[in-house]
Amino acid sequence: MGDLKTTPLNLLHLDAGAKMGAYAGYSMPLFYPLGLIKEHLHTRKSAGLFDISHMLHLEVSGNEAANLIERACPLAASTQPIGSCNYTFFLNEEAGIIDDLIVTRLGSDRYLIVANAGCAEKDRAHIEAIAQDFDAEVKAVPRGFIALQGPLAKAVLADQNFSVSQMAFMSGIEPKPDWFISRSGYTGEDGFEIAMPTDKAEEFTQKLLADDRVELIGLGARDSLRLEAGLSLYGQDLDETITPHEAGLIWAISKPLRSGGKFIGAPALEAKLASGRSRKRIGLITREKMPVRAGAKLFDADDNEIGLVTSGGFGPTFNGPVAIGMINADADNFPLVAQVRAKNIPMEIHKFPFVPHQYKR
Amino acid sequence: MTTYYTDDHEWITVDGEFATIGITDHAQTQLGDLVFVELPETGREVEQGDDAVVVESVKAASDVFAPISGEITEVNGALSENPALVNSSAQGEGWLIKMKIKDAAELEKLLDKDAYDALIA
Repeated sequence: MGDLKTTPLNLLHLDAGAKMGAYAGYSMPLFYPLGLIKEHLHTRKSAGLFDISHMLHLEVSGNEAANLIERACPLAASTQPIGSCNYTFFLNEEAGIIDDLIVTRLGSDRYLIVANAGCAEKDRAHIEAIAQDFDAEVKAVPRGFIALQGPLAKAVLADQNFSVSQMAFMSGIEPKPDWFISRSGYTGEDGFEIAMPTDKAEEFTQKLLADDRVELIGLGARDSLRLEAGLSLYGQDLDETITPHEAGLIWAISKPLRSGGKFIGAPALEAKLASGRSRKRIGLITREKMPVRAGAKLFDADDNEIGLVTSGGFGPTFNGPVAIGMINADADNFPLVAQVRAKNIPMEIHKFPFVPHQYKR
Repeated sequence: MTTYYTDDHEWITVDGEFATIGITDHAQTQLGDLVFVELPETGREVEQGDDAVVVESVKAASDVFAPISGEITEVNGALSENPALVNSSAQGEGWLIKMKIKDAAELEKLLDKDAYDALIA
């Protein structure tokens, strides 16, 4: 793993006995000695601590910061309340998803974009090109970034003197300079994401880990938790050929912006919304025990190939295989069958999420 | 009884013309929690190096190769209810298949314990 980048918590992971693996150019913990299933279940009942320092933080500031965001994202940034976090996208001219992001308004002319590590390079090139037309600056902020997720996350942070109990879901604050906390996450649980200066990351993480309610959780369980929560993973469930509408994420674009928007991709999105989508994202379960994974082809009852599994695996809380697929929008000849190693696995369509969300509304 | 290893992290314990096969403890720690084991039909003939079993962790499916040629005579049915036996006892209760050895000379291509330990060191 010679050329991989490491996070500020790398030594902590190694000391904890993590099995490390490559993800988005970083050496990241896949699971710890506790094991993926126990890590997953611990997060759902207590508090799981994830290193997400690989994610990209971009701060956008300046007189025209709001205009820049409104050009780059299908988001009403100029009327976004300060402290509000919004799930949104960078779209290309065809309304395909370049990346999915969280944009938080930090101040009147200051925004934080949190983006996927795997998209960091193209995201930066994309927004820096747009920024040339605006009086605003885009700056990458390297930080330690952790997620604390689960029903006890709030109590754990309160014991560290972070008064987070009043925070609404999808709100973010700067508790001190260079720190950022939002009530958000990627597990379907209540929880928080906390950014801090890189040289404070290990010390703060150790403090949280000293609490018996907290366990380190690897990327493996992060994936099984988000899958059960029905949350898309960029690069698997989302890519540049998929529109928010096809991905089942049109809720993230407010109605007024769906026609006549000024963001990149607005005309294509409007046209595609009018003509209807050709494919759609669905949740799938099976009564079989064999996990159905990304890449498995989906067939209708007459053996016509109608789509593909984009994410799939075993859901420890669901206690069975769960999957996300993309199928032709007009497919109606069910039941579906997934092909795994030349075996046909009968699949049932299941509404998202597979495990109910516990967000603090 | 002698136990041999492969560089694909299978073990094979030989008792006369029969053998018991599984994955090593090192392999199970690398894979993490197993949630499904796809076992072959008994009676199937396999060649050395053929796919014989698929072990699936939460994250990924991995092939287990036949360390020798021969006939699969028995599979560990307990794994269909409890695949985690491979994690808790990879070289004991978590065995995968039993085989009737076709050509004992093939065993010479395998690793002994010292060679395997050196491989994973």
